[in-house]
Amino acid sequence: MEKVLMKGNEALAEGALRAGCKAYFGYPITPSSEIAEYMARKLPDSDGVFLQAESEIAAINMVYGAASTGARVMTASSGPGISLKQEGISYIAEAELPCLIINISRGGPGLGGIQPAQSDYFQATRGGGHGDYHVMVLAPASVQEMMDFAIEGFELADKYRIPVMIMAEGTLGQMMEPIILREPVTKFYDKPWATTGCKGRKPNVITTLHLPPEELEQRNKHLKNKYDEIKSKEKRAEAFMVEDAELVLVAFGLMSRVAKKAVIEARKNGIKAGLIRPITLWPFPDQHIIEAAETAKIFVSLEINMGQMVEDIKLALNGRAKADFYGRIGVIPNPEEITKVVFGIAEREGL
Amino acid sequence: MKVVAKRPESLYYKKFHYCPGCTHGIIHRIIAECIDEMELREKTIGVCPVGCGVLAYEYFNCDMLEAAHGRAPAIATGIKRMLQDNFVFTYQGDGDLASIGMAEIVHASARGENITVIFINNTIYGMTGGQMAPTTLIGQVTTTSPYGRRPELTGYPIRMAELLATNEGSAYICRTSVHNPAHVLKTKKAIKKAIQTQMEKKGFSMVEILSTCPTNWGMNPIEALERVEREMIPYFPLGEFKVKE
Ligand SMILES: Cc1ncc(C[n+]2csc(CCOP(=O)(O)OP(=O)(O)O)c2C)c(N)n1
Ligand code: SF4
Ligand SMILES: [Mg+2]
Repeated sequence: MEKVLMKGNEALAEGALRAGCKAYFGYPITPSSEIAEYMARKLPDSDGVFLQAESEIAAINMVYGAASTGARVMTASSGPGISLKQEGISYIAEAELPCLIINISRGGPGLGGIQPAQSDYFQATRGGGHGDYHVMVLAPASVQEMMDFAIEGFELADKYRIPVMIMAEGTLGQMMEPIILREPVTKFYDKPWATTGCKGRKPNVITTLHLPPEELEQRNKHLKNKYDEIKSKEKRAEAFMVEDAELVLVAFGLMSRVAKKAVIEARKNGIKAGLIRPITLWPFPDQHIIEAAETAKIFVSLEINMGQMVEDIKLALNGRAKADFYGRIGVIPNPEEITKVVFGIAEREGL
Repeated sequence: MKVVAKRPESLYYKKFHYCPGCTHGIIHRIIAECIDEMELREKTIGVCPVGCGVLAYEYFNCDMLEAAHGRAPAIATGIKRMLQDNFVFTYQGDGDLASIGMAEIVHASARGENITVIFINNTIYGMTGGQMAPTTLIGQVTTTSPYGRRPELTGYPIRMAELLATNEGSAYICRTSVHNPAHVLKTKKAIKKAIQTQMEKKGFSMVEILSTCPTNWGMNPIEALERVEREMIPYFPLGEFKVKE
């Protein structure tokens, strides 16, 4: 298999193309722009559409239109742009249009900065816009996963008719690693609901308006059933040395790679540490947390924000064990810093 | 017996929800007749606005979508870029198109997006109960300009047809009215020309249609039609503003 050196953002874009992505609509923003630039270069080769929109609001609505024709389509942005897309994401979630939305995230609030952050965790995992909905959220931790999750993201989107978000720190978008190029996807889903012109069938309508209260409630129940199904089948996490762990670190994205090193260091020093790395941020892999709580006395959420995922850990634990938090923003702490944190907590807890 | 008038196939046999004397319904019918006569029903994809036309998908017998407020041109762009041989139109009110959706419409036109926009200018926000629109005339009383629109506070009504005609990407821009049968026929001609423009891939097309809102204007249907001629046409002149050959 071919192995090449690639930048995270480009690997993601190439993965999307290999998944059969036919259109990209977006507005430039650091640190996501390489995705747009890659698509602008490559999409014309495969008769695809690249269009730089006038705003993120327009871009996400172009995604709405293009996805409604049944094509695999995507957009990418970062914090401020993802905020602008929220109106459209809410409509897309209710219209059940499959698509891929990328957040190469940076720190906020406001304009914030372009340094790496995970501070959009709440926005991504709680829906983000108005109404009762979710998007599926995947958090890659390597350049290889940037490619793999782009392909997997489109599959999940089509399978469940749901917008899928890939959320990666800006650093992951910018860094280079050797990766294996995946085979192009050749099997696609039937989309009898698509609005393509009604030749040979009854007209299709895509709407999110439900004026009669019973209809609105029925729609919300329908979405809830879908979300329940996703929760029962698609929770994903990587567990590292948790079998006998008394202290479990929880970290996603690049932060999980730092945490893994701290776990190894702690084990060398006789501390029974382990790591759970959520791969799906929504649905949150709470089962992994609950299982680890059989031996663990304390869970430490490591985040590049001021403490967001720790709430999901507490919800999962429901009092089974203690939950603590350590976070930075704008920097990814190095393994030494996290090791020190782990030693400190282990000493405090008598582990 | 010869059939001289019938329901267009592109409209379902269904009662409109529009108020008595509202010209939204007439415009629906004209669009449907054009789609029928140009044999485009099975190729048509329409995008509805947020506004009184929000339920237009209940009436048009073709593939339809409902957009977020003002975003129809962006959605139509997404559709048309994927299906270049289909007929794609948006149906939008003045609040939808000229206020919240101003960026989307200007850029769709600037890009020469091959879509057709039917723009219903009734100088008011009909659906939300008669608030001021960007097209509300000077002195016009609305629920949010209760003393009449005053330019020193809220500026001047926007002329969308003229504005979009300045964009290179606009291929056909026209303003019409439906306040009497002669103008209904002219509107039909204009819509056909706009559709033709799209099917010949010439670029962006829009027909702005002066429309009535008797309910929120506080008028009966006859008075409302008279107001179009007396007050609206002098400020929003009818005619073609851009015809790309
Ligand atoms: C984002 C957003 N803001 C506000 C509204 C409320 N709203 C619904 S229709 C409308 C105005 C419609 O007026 P217009 O576009 O002129 O259409 P008309 O009803 O006059 O045909 C507004 C403000 C909304 N649905 N969404
Ligand atoms: S409120 Fe005005 S625009 Fe809306 S249906 Fe009634 S008359 Fe027509
Ligand atoms: Mg109006």
